[in-house]
Amino acid sequence: MSNLPDRSGVSAALPTPLHSRTGPLCRTSNWRRWSGFLAADSYEPSHHREYHAVRAAAALFDISPLFKYRLTGPGARALADRMLTRDVTRLATGRVLYSPWCDARGKIRDDGTLQRLGEDDYRLTSAQPTLGWITDLARGLDVSVSDESEGTAALALQGPLSWKVLAAAGARAIGSPRYFGLTRAPLGGVETWISRTGYTGDLGYELWMPADGACAVWDTLIEAGRDFGIAPAGLAALDIARIEAALPLVHTDYVPAHEALIGAQRSSPFEMGLGWAVDLDKPAFVGKEALRAETGEPPRWRFCGIAIDWDSLERVFWRAGLPPLLPHGAVRSSAPLFHKSRQVGYASSRTWSPVLKSYIGLAHIEASHGPVGTNLEMQITVEHRPARVGVRVVKTPFFNPRRKRATPA
Amino acid sequence: MSIRGDHDAVIVGGGHNGLVSAAYLARAGLKVLVLERRHLVGGAAVTQEVFPGFRYSVASYVVSLLRPEIIRDLRLPEHGLDILPLESTLTPLPGGDSLARWSDPDQTRREIARWSPRDADAYADFSRCMYKLAWALKPLLSTVPPNPLRPGVRDAKTIRELARAVRGLDEADFERLFKLTTMSAADFLSEWFETGPLIATMSASGIIGTFAGPRTPGTAYVLLHHYLGEIDGVFRAWGFARGGNGAVSESIASAARSLGAEIRTSAPVEQVITSGGRARGVVLEGGEEIGARVVLSGLDPKRTFLQLLDQSDLPGEFVKSIQRFRIRGSSGKVNLALSELPRFTCLAGAGGSLTRTPGEAETLLRGAISISPSVDYLERAYDDAKYGRFSRRPFMDIVIPSMIDPTMAPPGKHVMSVFVQYAPFALDGGWNRVKRDAFGDAVIDTLAEFAPGLRDIILHRQVMTPLDMQQQMGLTEGNIFHGELTLQQLFLFRPVTGWANFRTPVRGYYQCGSGAHPGGGVCGAPGRLAALEVLRDLKVRRGRS
Ligand SMILES: Cc1cc2nc3c(=O)[nH]c(=O)nc-3n(C[C@H](O)[C@H](O)[C@H](O)COP(=O)(O)OP(=O)(O)OC[C@H]3O[C@@H](n4cnc5c(N)ncnc54)[C@H](O)[C@@H]3O)c2cc1C
Repeated sequence: MSNLPDRSGVSAALPTPLHSRTGPLCRTSNWRRWSGFLAADSYEPSHHREYHAVRAAAALFDISPLFKYRLTGPGARALADRMLTRDVTRLATGRVLYSPWCDARGKIRDDGTLQRLGEDDYRLTSAQPTLGWITDLARGLDVSVSDESEGTAALALQGPLSWKVLAAAGARAIGSPRYFGLTRAPLGGVETWISRTGYTGDLGYELWMPADGACAVWDTLIEAGRDFGIAPAGLAALDIARIEAALPLVHTDYVPAHEALIGAQRSSPFEMGLGWAVDLDKPAFVGKEALRAETGEPPRWRFCGIAIDWDSLERVFWRAGLPPLLPHGAVRSSAPLFHKSRQVGYASSRTWSPVLKSYIGLAHIEASHGPVGTNLEMQITVEHRPARVGVRVVKTPFFNPRRKRATPA
Repeated sequence: MSIRGDHDAVIVGGGHNGLVSAAYLARAGLKVLVLERRHLVGGAAVTQEVFPGFRYSVASYVVSLLRPEIIRDLRLPEHGLDILPLESTLTPLPGGDSLARWSDPDQTRREIARWSPRDADAYADFSRCMYKLAWALKPLLSTVPPNPLRPGVRDAKTIRELARAVRGLDEADFERLFKLTTMSAADFLSEWFETGPLIATMSASGIIGTFAGPRTPGTAYVLLHHYLGEIDGVFRAWGFARGGNGAVSESIASAARSLGAEIRTSAPVEQVITSGGRARGVVLEGGEEIGARVVLSGLDPKRTFLQLLDQSDLPGEFVKSIQRFRIRGSSGKVNLALSELPRFTCLAGAGGSLTRTPGEAETLLRGAISISPSVDYLERAYDDAKYGRFSRRPFMDIVIPSMIDPTMAPPGKHVMSVFVQYAPFALDGGWNRVKRDAFGDAVIDTLAEFAPGLRDIILHRQVMTPLDMQQQMGLTEGNIFHGELTLQQLFLFRPVTGWANFRTPVRGYYQCGSGAHPGGGVCGAPGRLAALEVLRDLKVRRGRS
């Protein structure tokens, strides 16, 4: 009993390592709970400036509540390869990959990124606690799995000026990492891992550092970013940006396979538009048999982008004597989609996109109605009454600037 | 034979189940009379001001299994039912540490991760698994058990429906279901967890009301039984009835009266009158006879069949089966009036590796407190009982009702409800006043190890042994569930195979208490299902809803 870690408390809403910085900034006290941590929804009364910082300057997010696991040892690669649907064996040191992972039925449990920090040293991020599952999977492999979720803080610096901020903060010397690259640099005197990744579909970086150095890194970035319009940003802004980038959100766009109560709640990577991340040629990974079998059948669902037709939106509101009312931010509740009188799917997230000036959404649609250009109807509520507006299946990502993949000098 | 009265239905016993039956029958328009032996209704679900100003939930103390359809059908909230949440479970440990489970999953994960990060993840998986299994089994609570040997059309339909409910389970769930029905609680939980206090506290749900230890096969099912309840649509939630568990009974009685049922207290029934293999009414102690078309008994099976009936009215095999029905008492209850809140070492900030904030400590005092530091501790407590002694250091399930409903005690003062195991009915040498006091002392002494100073704040204590429960509440051997909830006496087999459909070998005589399907607990399902079967036999429509 005496070897238990000494903690001051176990709380339902722990401060993150950055709370001494984010706390005073959050003037609205608009906190959300994210994996049991306090996370700002927006620092200011409205999320607009924070959102626009993502698309026009640089936004700084505290993403410390992500779960982070460290896989080390000769079996680390084999473990990651067993777990993720993508081929991990070709991931070079200093590179990162995104991948979902599945249960034995080939349905997605979670998704995240795998960073290769060294020869036998990987960091895996996930949205949900996964330690028990990974540990079980590691059986028979010479690998150690440790949970560094609380010991490691994380920041996301996202936006067209993010490299400028990072360079000014001290990363210039190491050079800008390539898209999905990974480097190390001291920032504010703290050794920081910098990955060229993000959840906004923009130019951006994610920074990983020891929890006790997180505030020094934050301060350095805020200081360096002053001339570049840096803004601390919360989850509300992030949610809009990730929909524009067509990045799915667990629990919103899909139910983790192990939490599903009925089969219909589970999605395979193919049904989530992540078929590109399934490598059926690798020798073995969790769910492979099921996924292989699935490729033999026509897909049942597609995960699609939809754009809501403005004219029809205006029309249904006009009939109620109102101007079109747009959602304030991302909407995380589901809206049914119809083809004529038959329901053929549902939108799982939607938002007004300020950068595209368009009302967009992510949707699960029966495959036959999934091709780009298909016209459907979405049910919404207009002045307490159901109404249908036209939507069209469109290409994703909705917003896909060149700088997303660029390597600025 | 001349019998006075013209009731459609007489119900023997005003426990909550008898009251539920009465309400459903009255609702269908029958003329209903409830006869309760004691001066108050409720049976094992009563609140009494045993010590001035302090109200005790004398026996049962928390609610979960109470069927939502009963709450709806009888409009119990309009009759005063209010269930307040019980959100956490605290397991104090020797040395001042503790393990808490909170209403918030992230907080619980962190708490368990202090012991084992793997268990922290497994806990979420386990909860989901139990949720699914409970969900699959839940239809049983509203189902009349079919006759598996001679299924009629309706039985066959029931069997199909139940099969459909289980069909949603995958292989892994199905295997777990099988394990739950056969394994011991401790073994089952050890397949999931490695943290001692967690396994112990969770396995404690498997021994409640059962004469068995956490390592006794079959106890895993009792664990599942505790997951079958729901409050406000949340499965496995436990709550505290405002006003104590007597308020549950009172609300049902009030609903029954408003629907036209008559309830007589201080009216002990001596016998059920039969003629020609049919129940015709009852005789009260003192000789008063009351006639009725049907008679329902809310008493336990031993009383229902062996006391109220002349045994010549029953087939010999049936009598033997009832004699074999296991109803050993294993629990005691201690109710305390306290001048102030007890101080648990683990919440005081002293000792242990974890400091709880005052806010957290208060939250935890509003929840359940379980004295179950290890499986060995529980098993040793059982060892005592096996050999005819009460546990010297017993398992205890504690709530402080006045923290949840302040009106249970005068302002600033508190009541504490301590459910205790084991206290065997068959105590070596039998129970008497001296042994009852010694049992009470063992409880207080053990509790004081975790909450020093407890003795100094006790204003009054009520100690209930199984014998007290038998004498005061009419529970045979003091068994809290009218018969153990082990698989061989559940569902198709409760109380006797072939007679799980609430009927009895005597026509017009029905069982409506916890000895019938789906069993004990403040649940109401036996009472409701029995009433619906009576209506079916009498060809009366179910009544307005
Ligand atoms: C100490 C203790 C703690 C418990 N804790 C909980 C808990 O926290 N949560 C939970 O859900 N369950 C708990 N239970 C179980 C639960 O209380 C019982 O299973 C349930 O209340 C039984 O209800 P019943 O209506 O079937 O029978 P009873 O409540 O036993 O009712 C039978 C009634 O019949 C009356 N009677 C007996 N003989 C005669 C006669 N000859 N004539 C007329 N009337 C007669 C009795 O006085 C009694 O009122 C507990 C039980 C005990 C004893």
